[in-house]
Amino acid sequence: MVYYLPSGNHFMRGNEASAEAAIIAGCQFFGAYPITPASEISEHLAKHLPQAGGIMIQMEDEIASIASVIGASWAGAKAMTATSGPGFSLMQENIGYAFMTETPCVIVDVQRAGPSTGQATKCGQGDVMQARWGTHGDYASIVLSPNSVQEMFDLTIRAFNLAEEYRTPVILLADEMIAHMSEQMVVPSLKEIRIVNRKKPKSTDQSFFDGESVAPMPSVGEGFNVAVTGSTHNELGIRFTADPMTHRVLVTRLVEKIRNSVEFLADFEAVNVDNCEVGVVSYGCTSRAVYEAVEMAKDSGISVGFIRLKTIWPFPEKIVEKMAQKAESIVVPEMNLQQIFFEVQRVVKGAARVIPVNKIGGGEMLTPEELFTMIEGSVGEY
Amino acid sequence: MSKSSLSNYLRGIRFPFCAGCGGTTVATTFLKAVQELGHQDLQGFVFCSGIGCASWIPTPHFQADSIHTTHGRSIPVATGVKLVRPDLKVVVFGGDGDLVGIGLSHLIHASRRNLDITVIMINNMIYGMTGGQVAATTPLGTKTTTTPYGGFEGPLDAARLVATAGANYVARWTTAHLVQLRESIKKALITKGFCFIEVVSQCPTAFGRRAGFKNAGEMLQWLKRRSIPIEEAKQLNERELEERIVVGEFARRTLPTLSERIKAMMEEAKIL
Repeated sequence: MVYYLPSGNHFMRGNEASAEAAIIAGCQFFGAYPITPASEISEHLAKHLPQAGGIMIQMEDEIASIASVIGASWAGAKAMTATSGPGFSLMQENIGYAFMTETPCVIVDVQRAGPSTGQATKCGQGDVMQARWGTHGDYASIVLSPNSVQEMFDLTIRAFNLAEEYRTPVILLADEMIAHMSEQMVVPSLKEIRIVNRKKPKSTDQSFFDGESVAPMPSVGEGFNVAVTGSTHNELGIRFTADPMTHRVLVTRLVEKIRNSVEFLADFEAVNVDNCEVGVVSYGCTSRAVYEAVEMAKDSGISVGFIRLKTIWPFPEKIVEKMAQKAESIVVPEMNLQQIFFEVQRVVKGAARVIPVNKIGGGEMLTPEELFTMIEGSVGEY
Repeated sequence: MSKSSLSNYLRGIRFPFCAGCGGTTVATTFLKAVQELGHQDLQGFVFCSGIGCASWIPTPHFQADSIHTTHGRSIPVATGVKLVRPDLKVVVFGGDGDLVGIGLSHLIHASRRNLDITVIMINNMIYGMTGGQVAATTPLGTKTTTTPYGGFEGPLDAARLVATAGANYVARWTTAHLVQLRESIKKALITKGFCFIEVVSQCPTAFGRRAGFKNAGEMLQWLKRRSIPIEEAKQLNERELEERIVVGEFARRTLPTLSERIKAMMEEAKIL
């Protein structure tokens, strides 16, 4: 019996949708440690992943969880872990290891209110910068931000596909609200779902850590005698810890692999971007209030447009630049104390006034009314 | 290849160890054990290691698949490898800092799970690679770079701890017991379940120098002198054993392995 969620309409929670999507994406290994508000992903996969021929194991902590995922990936399995802020912090060193060793894997971070233990059951969006810069050293990350149960499904599959295509860890940056709410979602037929698998080497291949594009990835146990290391290494995987060029070439290539793909990775919803007086840039749970606020603004005769980011990192600069060409103000609502705000400010270079709208604590969402007030107040010259 | 040559198992990259280091001895002893078990090469083996001198034994030197992980995390990486590919022989090499310092929790949990891998811990009683700082295994009172007036913490008994945690096979030897070590490695490689071998080893550079030893030979004599077989140790009290290294086999069990238990769970639940 091979289990997967059949196509059609389903009513389920965001965390469950992510777990189901992982199975359809081909996930065969899941290692995680219990944490609110991500545990339902583990619970759902504990039941269904074995039915799909995969392994779910609850590890002793989040460091071990991401480490087991990395081992599973090198053994040839698509692999995932799921956590929240505190666990995400513990994973950072090994996320850097996965980046350095070009190990495909998916990390779901269901954000809650931090820092530290913060408000463990309450929603937040405070991990945006940690998802970008969490590990040490130079690196680049791919981070996706769902705003519905449907997107918990769709973007989990995209996260696996990008991980396999780029040979890099991909982060699904969800939040408590999206993870715990129940909505309808539609699962397409298996034929309609695009699934990407890592490029495998030919039997004569020897270099697995170089190339203009992404190098093919062998698994252990296939006879390639692959040497995997988080130390600076050459194309054969052999450590070179003193040679300046080896480090320069390797790390630059890894960063550019992602940086040069910003347009391909860009994924957003954009409405009336090139002809608005006031723009809104939002993502995740906060964006749910934007739709209604925009309608309210339109009803008041304000020319308003919005961008809703589905890929946060690498930051899709072009679409935001485009908005700033016409818009006088860009409102950036977030459930943190300004994180994407600074990124928008960096990109628009003063071409538009960037206005932060921030709310944290108790999992209270920004309301459409609050957003409308900010949109209304930002109209006009300053 | 001549019978005694180990070149079939090596990439031909020189080991980076200091003169007199026990790491080279353990590497050679391991490969001899592999050879005596009849393996022509290291196909079917996967080596995982962390950070530290001992973690450099397999990688990149062995002609085999190897994953050189972050500090202390070789065992959870090995867990992922083994669960996905139970057919592969997964062997972890690491030092005492790696496996019972920063990575201790993983060692205990892998024992508890009876994960079917072999862990070889080279215990040189010091953080060697970083220049000789006190470790969780450093004998009480030893002068190191971070205990310049002598250490004030008691050392951890790794072999006994792992045996208690549920491993199927546990042994401890020193680099002065190469015949016994080789036999234990062979046993570990053919025993199902979690197997742990602690090798108390000499680090003349970072330990011996400050602890007052002239050279590696003197350290080996010291290890030999301090060693006492586990059967004899049973006759002594805790106080009498304070300065001794108890050597021998600490556990021989035949408990089902993690993969076997997962398979049994799946059959019981009629999942596959």
